[in-house]
Amino acid sequence: MTTITTLFSKINDSQLGSDRVKSMASELARIIVFPLLGVLVFLLLWSVAAQNINTSLGKFPGPAAVVEQFGSLYDEHVREREKADAFYERQEKRNAARVAKDPDYVSKVRDYTGKETFLDQIVTSLVTVISGFLLAAIIAIPLGIAVGLSRPLNSAVNPIVQIFKPVSPLAWLPLVTMVVSAVYDTPDPAVPKSFLNSMITVTLCCLWPMVINTSVGVASIDSDLVNVSKVLRLPPLTHVRKIVLPASIPMIFTGMRLSFGVAWMVLIAAEMLAQNPGLGKFVWDEFQNGSSDSLSRIMAAVLVIGFIGFLLDRGMLQIQRYVSWDKASADR
Amino acid sequence: MSILLDISHIDMEFPTPKGPFKALSDVSLKIEKGEFVSLIGHSGCGKSTVLNVVAGLYQASKGGVVLNGKEVNAPGPERAVVFQNHSLLPWLTAYENVELAVNQVFGKSKSKAEKKEWIEHNLELVHMDHAINKRPDEISGGMKQRVGIARALAMQPEVLLMDEPFGALDALTRAHMQDSLMEIQAELNNTVIMITHDVDEAVLLSDRIVMMTNGPSATVGEILDINLERPRDRLSLAEDPVYIHLRSEVLKFLYEKQRKIEPISRKKIPPTNNKSAVA
Repeated sequence: MTTITTLFSKINDSQLGSDRVKSMASELARIIVFPLLGVLVFLLLWSVAAQNINTSLGKFPGPAAVVEQFGSLYDEHVREREKADAFYERQEKRNAARVAKDPDYVSKVRDYTGKETFLDQIVTSLVTVISGFLLAAIIAIPLGIAVGLSRPLNSAVNPIVQIFKPVSPLAWLPLVTMVVSAVYDTPDPAVPKSFLNSMITVTLCCLWPMVINTSVGVASIDSDLVNVSKVLRLPPLTHVRKIVLPASIPMIFTGMRLSFGVAWMVLIAAEMLAQNPGLGKFVWDEFQNGSSDSLSRIMAAVLVIGFIGFLLDRGMLQIQRYVSWDKASADR
Repeated sequence: MSILLDISHIDMEFPTPKGPFKALSDVSLKIEKGEFVSLIGHSGCGKSTVLNVVAGLYQASKGGVVLNGKEVNAPGPERAVVFQNHSLLPWLTAYENVELAVNQVFGKSKSKAEKKEWIEHNLELVHMDHAINKRPDEISGGMKQRVGIARALAMQPEVLLMDEPFGALDALTRAHMQDSLMEIQAELNNTVIMITHDVDEAVLLSDRIVMMTNGPSATVGEILDINLERPRDRLSLAEDPVYIHLRSEVLKFLYEKQRKIEPISRKKIPPTNNKSAVA
């Protein structure tokens, strides 16, 4: 009798086991196989299409040409760094030699003025977009909270936001450029004007979605929670800190993620026009350069831009998961 | 006993696009210290409006509320409210939710250790000391309501206002919560105004039941004194003739004298406009 039951349980176990293997296989397919398949099909279509597109700069770059460019962009970066190191070494030696001859000599240290490499440009772009975004957040979140709390202020600000929201920030760029060069007129600027121009353009495009989402989040707080605050007689600042801000964090983050995505897209265009030495300028310079490698280098930049944009969004999501009490809203 | 809370001749009008809507008309009620008063009536009759006026969340159009000789004009922690859907802050734990209230009310008068003890004491009172560090989304509806009650009790209110506190709970949990509330009431002897739909709940818990007429222009219809011995036990009361009589009095008021005109019975009676916004 017992042997029979153990036999049955063994059969059951093995069935269970095979079910588990099946579910694992389908999970594996979902996470790895299908995405991989998608990428492969895309690469295939891309290389076939690339073969058949002829431009004045040669054939449109296929995947292989782009991969090759990644290699050479990295090599250029390494070479440039070596040159810079060599420059600083020479400068140090020369200064040391002069100080040895004449102890009163005050040595001058000059920066290396070689051209930015692709990696430098990525860093510039990231710094620009993040500073523009943060500036916007510093302005937009308090403003959004104020607008969400006060109906009259909401009515006052709303038309302005509605008018400026659909404007492409690039339309602002010429105005920003002129204002920056008029106002920010120092002989030894801490940051280049092109950086400021691009940054302010990014700020202008981040502002509106953040103001709107924050104010909507604040205005739609559960009235019971507001009543709790009233019954407790929370002072206005405590009310904002303890009730309003946490309650609207999910909406604030929705606005921030929306505007960060747009900001990254806008930045590339702004850098092309403002000549901020970031990825946008890289694309523009390669386009103007018109060598046989240009298209594949631009294509490499396109992939990098996309990948960084993706990482930025993931990063925001992680911050939201960390900050927000409403874990579900972070997964939407 | 002295009168603690005097609701005197309250009218309440709400502006609507079609002109003012009179929700309450001449509502008067005097409540003694330590009394448990239930407000009962059909939905839309303005029970919550009365409670919100007492809480200070609404301003009466006419008349006023006097608590301890002072007129009530704004909300305040001496009139703590237990809301129907708990209204705990979802990002705070049970402890932190009560803490917010305690810090606000006893911010200066109690030391840190005293505050901690007071918060824990109140959570123990509602039997929530086992889930002190759980957030609202991690506990059941009944437990949330318990924390809501603990938060209100922790303010040491002169009047505890409860707006259908158990309305959103299932019948068994509700019975359990009513027993808990009676237990707490026996210990603290708070002055309570509770809104309810539930006739049994009203008779079981109250010293007086205030029955309201249907809106618009709702007012106090009848007041029923519940002279049942405390502590009350729901099982033995179920067959108590006095209890049964009182229960039927309330039922008679609600279903004979103040029969709610539903659209189903449109044939006999002309429809009146029952504004659900007042509920």
